[in-house]
Amino acid sequence: MSEALTTLIPRLRDICGPDGVLTEARERRAYDHDGLTHRRSLPGVVVLPTTTAQVAAVLRLCSGTGVPFVPRGAGTGLSGGALPHHEGVLLTTARMRRVVEVDIPNECAVVEPGVPNLDITTLAAPHGYYYAPDPSSQAVCSVGGNVAENSGGAHCLKYGFTATHVRGLELVTPEGEVVRLGGKAPDGTGYDLVRAVIGSEGTLGVVTEVTVGLTRLPERTVTLLAAFDSLDAGGAAVSAIVSSGVLPSAVEMMDALSIEAVKAFVDCDYPADAAAVLIVELDGPAADVDAHLTEVVGLCTAHGARRTHTASDDDERARIWAGRKAAFDAVGRMSPAYIVQDGVVPRTALPEVLRRIAALSEESGIRVANVFHAGDGNLHPLVMFDDSDPDGYRRAEEVSGAILDLCVEYGGSITGEHGVGADKACSMPRMYSPDDLDTFERFRRAFDPSGIANPDKLLPTPRLCGERPGVRKGVHPLVESGRATQF
Amino acid sequence: MRPVRSTTGPVDPSVLDDLAGSGPRPGTPGDVVGGVVPTVVARPRGEADAARVMAAAARHGLSVVSRGGGTALDWGAPPRSVDLLVETAALTGIEHTADDLVVTVGAGTPVAELTDVLGAAGQRLSADPVRVGGTVGGMVATGVCGPRRLLFGALRDLVIGMTVVRADGVLTRTGGRVVKNVAGYDLAKLHTGGQGTLGMITSVTFRLHPTPPALRVVTAAVSSRAHGERMAAALRARAVAPSAVALDWPSEGGAHLHVVLEGMAEGMTARVDGVRAALGGDTVVSERLPEGWGLVPARGTLGFVACPPAESLAAAERIGELVRAADADVLVRGSVPSGALHAVFPPGTGADVIATAAEGVRSRPGWSLTLMRAEQHVHEAGVDLWGEVPGLPLMRSVKDALDPRHRLAPGRFVGGI
Repeated sequence: MSEALTTLIPRLRDICGPDGVLTEARERRAYDHDGLTHRRSLPGVVVLPTTTAQVAAVLRLCSGTGVPFVPRGAGTGLSGGALPHHEGVLLTTARMRRVVEVDIPNECAVVEPGVPNLDITTLAAPHGYYYAPDPSSQAVCSVGGNVAENSGGAHCLKYGFTATHVRGLELVTPEGEVVRLGGKAPDGTGYDLVRAVIGSEGTLGVVTEVTVGLTRLPERTVTLLAAFDSLDAGGAAVSAIVSSGVLPSAVEMMDALSIEAVKAFVDCDYPADAAAVLIVELDGPAADVDAHLTEVVGLCTAHGARRTHTASDDDERARIWAGRKAAFDAVGRMSPAYIVQDGVVPRTALPEVLRRIAALSEESGIRVANVFHAGDGNLHPLVMFDDSDPDGYRRAEEVSGAILDLCVEYGGSITGEHGVGADKACSMPRMYSPDDLDTFERFRRAFDPSGIANPDKLLPTPRLCGERPGVRKGVHPLVESGRATQF
Repeated sequence: MRPVRSTTGPVDPSVLDDLAGSGPRPGTPGDVVGGVVPTVVARPRGEADAARVMAAAARHGLSVVSRGGGTALDWGAPPRSVDLLVETAALTGIEHTADDLVVTVGAGTPVAELTDVLGAAGQRLSADPVRVGGTVGGMVATGVCGPRRLLFGALRDLVIGMTVVRADGVLTRTGGRVVKNVAGYDLAKLHTGGQGTLGMITSVTFRLHPTPPALRVVTAAVSSRAHGERMAAALRARAVAPSAVALDWPSEGGAHLHVVLEGMAEGMTARVDGVRAALGGDTVVSERLPEGWGLVPARGTLGFVACPPAESLAAAERIGELVRAADADVLVRGSVPSGALHAVFPPGTGADVIATAAEGVRSRPGWSLTLMRAEQHVHEAGVDLWGEVPGLPLMRSVKDALDPRHRLAPGRFVGGI
């Protein structure tokens, strides 16, 4: 442990109390990774503040001593955004779990960052409301983490992301200043810092309170399951639905491999021999939903769906969703290990990109299961490998990287919802020019002049990625000498 | 006609040389920005040209303001100086990927042209413009939109990417052309409503919506604040999914609430009935938006009020009371369930009246009032356009980071930014 960190610990205990600071390796070990489990780093020290004042005091201490800090919510993130710094402070908001207020007349709730996403909906539902962003980890992931990642979910196709629904934030800047941005009113004065902070992955400070807008529960919700004989036909049906003028709340797709995986795992009624299933959810005023459903069923049939099934009661809808929601876990049972990719392509390019992913898989012999938010072009290819094979990860990573290149080639994005984090910092140059990245860097420094807030995340650095970030040629000298590893 | 001033001396010939190719010409009183006549006016022919113009401005240390349709040149505070006015008129082009419901538009494209092109494909940008004759760049830089933000999101929520020329003339991109993307900071959110103080927007990518096949507007008179609040609460309690619930409250003639429903024709009868039941009393149903929908009058001082949504009627009432107490008039209109209202003061309204209304609103917790556009005499009286701005030190840091020499629209934005 560095000297700076050692001298910090008694002062952290003064701030957070003896039980709010974890220093034993055994305790710290529990925090050495987030949802991106193959990247691990033991945090220098873990703090669990309970108040904004404590967070501010911790960050002032870090700022004064130049010790880096990494914010962490529930640790469910999939890009290593909460990967600890081994000489730094890991600040978890897990103990800041107070629901300050559910304000129905103003259609909002005020919560601390550690409150799980789903708790808001649970509290709002008796009043006829819910919290729209629904990442698949919503039962456990925290609102603070959602703000850091600008989380979406299956229904963001219609309802937007965390940034669409958050009205106000209390932010502790990396220098320890407490700033309230926005509030229950929808707009503030001046630059829209609220929405610039959302999705900043903990690099601009720590959010200690969030005011979220609540959405009226729709009059009617129906879920449609359609089975296709080819992935191509399913992809074409998605493109047709998107361009038809119907705006479903969700359009999800799974390919044969993921169907096979989930069928072995959950009871979900998907036809065993289908090459693709499409899940389309429609909600809104009853008559609109009925008319749109007729249109969507027609489009699916026209594109070769051999079976469609509509569910309108909650139990039946839940059965359709059960398969989709279990997909990642199910693939985990099928393969010893896999990489979850998170790229985006224009929706019209889906059929073509899916064909090219299939070709990549065939050429490499690496199996790829496709589970994705088709309606907004957000692909989650699950690239499978055997982690007992010494070369397995590298080969899978190659395919995974090639898929990312495909997304960029078609004008898409390297991440639709999982974030850049530690995982894709070196991939940012695939999508943005050095000038774009320089602009991001300038913006970051406006909040964090000394570079202590979640360093080595979001933007490529020479230290992480070599002098020419994104260009990989030969073996990195640090890797060769055994002084570093590269992922 | 406002008195005009010029902030600089004669045009430096080397500046004109550097701008050659972008049609440089001396500014005239017709080019005035917030009472300031620009020294030079240039019209870049494209994005790369715009970057060259901005790089030249950086070399010469010129202050720069962008001009689109010229409908908001009197918005914000008067700039401290305008050495160079950059006209975006030639930054045009509409790249509409209809099947993706996405469009990329040059900043100088008139909003009306965009609306026509999208409309022909059965699509629209679901943000109600507040001005007639504006450009896409101007609409985004001022960041304001009308009542349909309730269902479709504010303008900022519809912007998915941008290209921007930085103060130093470097062309950069933020966001992308796909509807879902979390790679990097969403700097487009800062440029939206940033009034050109952080960079010059050259193109914008929006997410679009299909034009709904049917539209109904249910209008009811509002007899008092309490009556309006009852109607708003009753609407909230029903899942009728209005696109807009807009208040129109002039000083004379009584207030009205317009509830806009959009969607399938088959569903309209039931939804209209639901709205009528919620509103109670007499209602008028129309298949067209009211005249001047979403627009704010082109003249007079314009305030933007944001408040917790349940307090919209209270905010509208308070402004009306404060203004009428001084024997003046005000029109308050906007989105009730969003807590976003415009207060329009007729031309010539006294600075003291406006200052009193602004302070009266700002004194309530959670309410803000920004004078988006103020008449010359209001500026001269030193009326505070913004009130307290939470996060101002961070905003200054952002400005310093992206425009370190404060050359872009200097003084036009909050806190003298």
